[in-house]
Amino acid sequence: MNSKKIHTPLDKETILHLKAGEHVYLSGDVYTLRDAAHKRLVGLYDSHHLVGKEREKKLDISGQIVYYTGLTPLLPHGCPGSAGPTTSARMDKYTPRLLDAGMVGMIGKGPRGLDTVRSIRDHQSVYFVTVGGAGAFLAQKVKKAEVIAFDDLGCEAVFRLSIEDFPLWVGVDSKGKTMWDTMLG
Amino acid sequence: MDIKKGDEILSSPFFIFFMIKFVRGKKGMRKISASEINELTYQLCIKANCSMSEDIKQGLDNALLHSVGRQKDILSILVENVELAEKTRVPICQDTGIVVVFLEIGQEVMVVDGYIEEAINGGVRRAYHDAYLRKSVVSDPIIRKNTDDNTPAMIHTRIVEGSSLRLIVMPKGSGGENMSGLWMFKPADGVNEIVNALLMHVRQFGAYSCPPLIIGVGIGGSFEVAPLLAKRALLRQIGKPHPEHHIAEIEHKLLEKINKLKIGPAGLGGSPTALSVNIETCATHIASLPVAMNLCCYANRHCEGMI
Repeated sequence: MNSKKIHTPLDKETILHLKAGEHVYLSGDVYTLRDAAHKRLVGLYDSHHLVGKEREKKLDISGQIVYYTGLTPLLPHGCPGSAGPTTSARMDKYTPRLLDAGMVGMIGKGPRGLDTVRSIRDHQSVYFVTVGGAGAFLAQKVKKAEVIAFDDLGCEAVFRLSIEDFPLWVGVDSKGKTMWDTMLG
Repeated sequence: MDIKKGDEILSSPFFIFFMIKFVRGKKGMRKISASEINELTYQLCIKANCSMSEDIKQGLDNALLHSVGRQKDILSILVENVELAEKTRVPICQDTGIVVVFLEIGQEVMVVDGYIEEAINGGVRRAYHDAYLRKSVVSDPIIRKNTDDNTPAMIHTRIVEGSSLRLIVMPKGSGGENMSGLWMFKPADGVNEIVNALLMHVRQFGAYSCPPLIIGVGIGGSFEVAPLLAKRALLRQIGKPHPEHHIAEIEHKLLEKINKLKIGPAGLGGSPTALSVNIETCATHIASLPVAMNLCCYANRHCEGMI
């Protein structure tokens, strides 16, 4: 696939040029975040006594891309054996809050709810999809993985992943157009 | 009344008769040790997570042959994914599932040296640790604390004829489970109502379950039986029709209609949306027509062993 290559951190201009349905390869750092970590992170953001503290700085999501996945345990060489996407729609409840906090992009699988699509449009951010069930293949694109928060959540901890040429399609673009609209139209 | 004393009981013909029965009975039982069951579970957990059955590989290859454009790109990735998993012995999917076990114990089997469910959970625990499989089970559905060893397994036991023990291991991820459903139809509803309801459901939820899908459907039984039938239906080879003609027809009709939905591989459009629809049926109540559908991803991981 001869597609556009993009790199994190994603700047506004790159995001604005991405079109729903387009195929891209992403390289750089992304952060894993799934059900339990979403709940805890949003809880932390909403608990006012933590504002300004070191802990929140460490978990600053602004400008970052999150990857909805729960990795298999890291192999002795430091990378997971399998690292495919999980169902994004389960995170819809938390997504507008994290977009408000400055998150610029998400990677997962499957369509998003209407409120999420609107929120992506309002924040001019982007939602990418990748191939569900291709965990072993996608793990080859992960060059480094380390836990950065919520270690106690096991596979639901937050990992920083360095990815290289991770194959993605633009699921929802910054105009709020979705890949599924274009498929049906 | 004549009450016998201890030594009289021991020498009584009735006692001797029962003792002979008892000893014979024991001799007739085949002993299987818990550690053998533990080891078999261990092997099956790793095999099911890191390899794919031949019928599904064939189904994928066939789909790839008939695809173009984006569908071809995605199906190639899925085929390469399975090859990589088998070659490097890593899991096909990072969601290595909750372990569903179908256990069939011959009525002449006696399990010794341990409790059978603990033996199975012991095998799961070791496999998920040793093979770097993800621990995806929480002990309480509300508190949601990870058990850190992927136990307990969901064990469905059946006592059958004979003296062997059959173990089927199915690691089941949540992508498909969360999108599955149960309907209590009325006997007045016909096949069309059933087909339409299932079709609408796949239209709404199919894209979330890592298509091309393998779809298990259970028809009949009581409220709890239909979902189990649906899950067992996933164990049948893909593309192999139900032996009853009228059920095979429903399978065929459903598969055709589902593939017209154009949800496509990875839910990103095109064909195929499903590789197989497998239906299992059971007797049911005069007033009931339960139908359950268990969606499963393209990998449909399961394998079995016998002792």
